[in-house]
Amino acid sequence: MSVLNDTVDWLGDSANWSGDDGIPHRLAQHLDYTALTVVIAAAIAIPIGLWVGHTGRLRGLAVISTGALRALPTLGVLAYASLFSGIGIKPAIFTLVLLAIPPLLAGAYAGLESVNRQTIDAARAIGMTEWQILRKVEVPLALPLIIGGFRSATLQVVATATVAAYIPGPGGLGRYLIDGLAVSDYARIVGGSVVVIALALVLDGLFVILQRVALGSRPSRTPTVA
Amino acid sequence: MIEYRSIGKTFADGTEAVGDFSLQLPSRTTTVFVGSSGCGKTTLLRMVNRMVDPSHGQVLIDDVDVATRNKVELRRSIGYVMQEAGLLPHRKVIDNVALMMRLKGASKKEARDRAHEVLETVGLDSSLANRYPAQLSGGQQQRVGVARGLVTDPNILLMDEPFGAVDPIVRDELQQELLRLQRELDKTIVFVTHDIDEAFLLGDQVVILKKGGEIAQVGSPADILAKPANDFVSSFIGLDKGRRTLHVEERNGTRIVVDESGKATGVLAE
Repeated sequence: MSVLNDTVDWLGDSANWSGDDGIPHRLAQHLDYTALTVVIAAAIAIPIGLWVGHTGRLRGLAVISTGALRALPTLGVLAYASLFSGIGIKPAIFTLVLLAIPPLLAGAYAGLESVNRQTIDAARAIGMTEWQILRKVEVPLALPLIIGGFRSATLQVVATATVAAYIPGPGGLGRYLIDGLAVSDYARIVGGSVVVIALALVLDGLFVILQRVALGSRPSRTPTVA
Repeated sequence: MIEYRSIGKTFADGTEAVGDFSLQLPSRTTTVFVGSSGCGKTTLLRMVNRMVDPSHGQVLIDDVDVATRNKVELRRSIGYVMQEAGLLPHRKVIDNVALMMRLKGASKKEARDRAHEVLETVGLDSSLANRYPAQLSGGQQQRVGVARGLVTDPNILLMDEPFGAVDPIVRDELQQELLRLQRELDKTIVFVTHDIDEAFLLGDQVVILKKGGEIAQVGSPADILAKPANDFVSSFIGLDKGRRTLHVEERNGTRIVVDESGKATGVLAE
């Protein structure tokens, strides 16, 4: 029970809510890394995913490489990357981007594949260009799944961004975990974890709302009697 | 006029959909391709707007080879109505119809006004304009599909089994509606169906197809009924089963038209 009490004390300690090592600052850093990672990963994964989904080409390769990327051990990649780019935030962002690509890629191509072939055929037959089909038919209809990809990518990055603190330098919420571990300060470790979990839950909730909005006022496929 | 010149299509997987097909489709008439599945009728239809490019031969519209035309431009100049309507599920009815006008560069207002007009032409209540396709019945969706095909006032209308997925009563209604529209609008219609009754009802020229796009017979419904070219045609149109060989019988003082098996099919108009 003492760890729990200590954690509550730690979270309640006003000293932990200000300054460079305070929760607001660490939280902002953490969000910063997450946003940067997801933006970079999306810039890579979304165009590729849309291309694969639209053309159906290289689908096998996309499936295999998303699987392979998922199997990479995060800490191993981080250590390896830091050998090349030195300490600081770069190797961490690189590692997190690799982690965020698979769900984004899968969301994009699976989303496009889920669109009814007949709808796409009809769009083509009435004279839409391939670009118009992608932009006005496939992406809007695939949007819930594409956002789903962002959702899982963001959550994985939020959880895993704690490893950024593994390397000296700036650190986000992971600082509490890594530094706490070094001095066996369990209250700090658990307190930091609680903040990470709370952040993950809040972000997840936001994505749920976003997915609802993406569906818009469009009804489900069940026809009603009119 | 649409003309097929010795056209053939073999798909990448080796299936020969059409062997060697030549035919002229006169302007401002309805030509119906009718045949069982695998006869190449849909392939023939889709060659007109280059949804399928032939392996050999040419398709000409008013003496211009469609292969020389830009696919997208060509498709925008031709109305296309398909089974299950093929509407965009995330767009309202009005936007589905107006989309064609927008693709052709019309302003938003112009497109919507024209869409409302044509929805009315196909007999859809304007209260349905702001619904989504999934909120309409099958018959209503199909009317929207027809409206979309007509909205840009194209000379040619391609119809790929448009009434195949609706129930018989609604189909009958839609067929009558199409006949009425055709009387008013005078389009060149290419219609694909596997239903010979539908073909005879709608077609000025009916093309009965065998496997591989081989023409079993071409002619007006009356010509085909009067002089079926061969046993395949007789059997396909139901002459061999006596369904179309009718005679008059008097029953309880009324003159009833019955088929060969004695089944009543109608009354004789005096």
